[in-house]
Amino acid sequence: MSLFTRFLALLLVSGLAGAGGAAAQTVVGVTPTEIKIGHTNPYSGPASAYGTIGKVITAYFKKVNDEGGVNGRKINFITYDDAYTPPKTVEMVRRLVEQDQVAFVFNTLGTPTNTAIHKYMNQQKVPHLFVATGATKWNDPKNFPWTMGWQPNYQAEGQIYAKYVLKNVPDAKVGILYQNDDYGKDYVKGFKDGLGDAAKKLVVSEQSYETTDPTIDSQILNLKGSGANVFFNVTIPKFAVQAIKKAHDIGWKPLHLLNSVSSSVGVVLRPAGLEASRDLLTTYYIQDPTDPQWKNLQGYKDWLAFMKKYYPEGNLEDAFNVYGYSVAQTLVHVLKQCGNDLSRENIMRQAASMKDLALPMLLPGIKINTSPTDFAPIEQEQLAKFDGERWVLFGEIYDASKK
Amino acid sequence: MTKRAQDGVEGLFARPRGAAVRRRMGVAALIVALVLALSLPFTMSGFRLFQFTQVLIYAIALLGLNMLTGYNGQFSLGHGAFYAIGAYTTAIMIDRWNIGYGWTIPVAGLLCLGTGFLFGRPALRLEGLYLALATFSLALAIPQILKYFEHWTGGSQGIVLSKPKAPFGLPLTEDQWLYFMTLAVTILLFILAWNLLRGRTGRAIVAIRDNHIAAEAMGINNALYKSVIFGVSAAYTGVAGALSALAIAFVAPDSFNVFLSITLLTGIVIGGFATISGAIYGALFIQFVPNWAQDISKAAPWAIFGVFLIVFMYVMPRGIAGFLQLLWIRLTASAVSREQGR
Repeated sequence: MSLFTRFLALLLVSGLAGAGGAAAQTVVGVTPTEIKIGHTNPYSGPASAYGTIGKVITAYFKKVNDEGGVNGRKINFITYDDAYTPPKTVEMVRRLVEQDQVAFVFNTLGTPTNTAIHKYMNQQKVPHLFVATGATKWNDPKNFPWTMGWQPNYQAEGQIYAKYVLKNVPDAKVGILYQNDDYGKDYVKGFKDGLGDAAKKLVVSEQSYETTDPTIDSQILNLKGSGANVFFNVTIPKFAVQAIKKAHDIGWKPLHLLNSVSSSVGVVLRPAGLEASRDLLTTYYIQDPTDPQWKNLQGYKDWLAFMKKYYPEGNLEDAFNVYGYSVAQTLVHVLKQCGNDLSRENIMRQAASMKDLALPMLLPGIKINTSPTDFAPIEQEQLAKFDGERWVLFGEIYDASKK
Repeated sequence: MTKRAQDGVEGLFARPRGAAVRRRMGVAALIVALVLALSLPFTMSGFRLFQFTQVLIYAIALLGLNMLTGYNGQFSLGHGAFYAIGAYTTAIMIDRWNIGYGWTIPVAGLLCLGTGFLFGRPALRLEGLYLALATFSLALAIPQILKYFEHWTGGSQGIVLSKPKAPFGLPLTEDQWLYFMTLAVTILLFILAWNLLRGRTGRAIVAIRDNHIAAEAMGINNALYKSVIFGVSAAYTGVAGALSALAIAFVAPDSFNVFLSITLLTGIVIGGFATISGAIYGALFIQFVPNWAQDISKAAPWAIFGVFLIVFMYVMPRGIAGFLQLLWIRLTASAVSREQGR
């Protein structure tokens, strides 16, 4: 046999073997002892502050494996750096899916990066679970049945503020300041949906800004001039600082609803002035690890013990480490629920049928619920008021999915 | 000096009598490389092919930058901006105006040619490091400018595209078709560059780099040549950007950060300053070495990458192309001496 024919024969045989494998319907990324999960995260580059999420998830799966894995299978967690650049995300996710042959992709981080792989994941029919971004488009089971978000999305948060206003401010006149892009519009849409038919009457002024604007002073003056007594502030940290300061300086004292994107005390409230920030409202769904009221609860103690044992270099004040811990727990719950059928279809089916799942580090009372038509796991949040020093939770848990 | 070493030195600076045999062997090597490039789509998985498509795209961009920086001596830390302009031209034309993707590639090239030429005019007054800083500002500004024209660019959300499918019912996957299209564009642009750089124009461009006063005295229009090469360089990079938009099927400001420009500069230095083939080696380097670094160490991939950089610079001071050229001369020396012995 010549070398060439031998090569041809080899090709043929390997082709047949491949076809045979497909016929036997092996489940990609799953063996009797292991399940392979893919992940990307910015460990380097401008967004590397998020890198800790990948590390804490890795640490959590190590703990799960040490305790015997899930249904007897160890989790093989493959995580790559994408530096928050969409082309790199595409490359790394294709590597995970096509070369590493992962069962599914989990908690990829960032809105532009996930947008870049959104179509691909759904064409390949590979689960794209619990993505780490607040955009609302991940909850679209009709068009993208393989992609699911996790944290409350912007629209859900907007609805929660609306519910609070309807209930607690009898003669509300609402002024809205929002960033003129998908993020800002998502919040406004959620807010107006939450107000329902009353939206036209209650919203007296809407002002927008571009991220390239130097200041938003004139928008704040317009809002005050409109006579609004509720200020829905949909801005990223830089503009949130300006808005809080300006409103305070001109003596405008509305009920000030600040989107959770900018609720950081260190980054926003302190630069804006703690006195000026007093009585701001925002939303929370996860326990803030610096909040003393959680320190004696079992959930916090377990998290602390986990951090000390598996991720000792992690920052105990960083809420991202609570986020990663909780999202990993959600996934383990789904895998347990899958039982022995770890086909991609079943993983999606189980992810879409979580019922009243409570997690130790979510706020008490918040439950995760999904259904085949609801791919937004967390839709409940609680309001918090800033007392001049820190955020204090108050009132009931609001549910954006309930009318 | 040994006979061999002497041959090597001659091979670099003069055209020894063995040039004919070297050329024959060079053509043979080129054909082997071409056959290899053409066979990739049928031997590699879709993902690998996608990586090699990216290598070709980087190679085009690096060739463009090398014309400007390597051959003409104008430093640019801002070529990521032209890459972005090319990518967005393609994305906007397809997304907003439904224009066939094939048309968008030359348009991206022409638009960048114009932009590069216009930027090259005022940049004439800036030399060396000052030009590097001026172009750096371009790289810094472009992601924000892209967000400003949200109506066209989709702002920070970017524009999602569909991957082009093979035309005329060719039995190729999207990855295979993209690869072949990119390969065709790469070959065309490399031949054009080779033609441009080896003749009178090429000599003028190099003369300006080596001594611009002497070049002026020889009757070379420094200003014109410098701005034209800036335009051509930008056009190459723009075409690369356009192809990348098709390959990734998505553009967003985050895709074109400052790091991209620095990566491109790294590529031409590692590949080989002022060489054409260096663009390919540099592209292979910037595509694959960061991934290897990550496989070696998850904790400090960039430190490993830095070590790679230093080792390459130390072992191959004239870049990979320079190293391979020396190796080539050594390897072919015996064939040449046989020829000469006849």
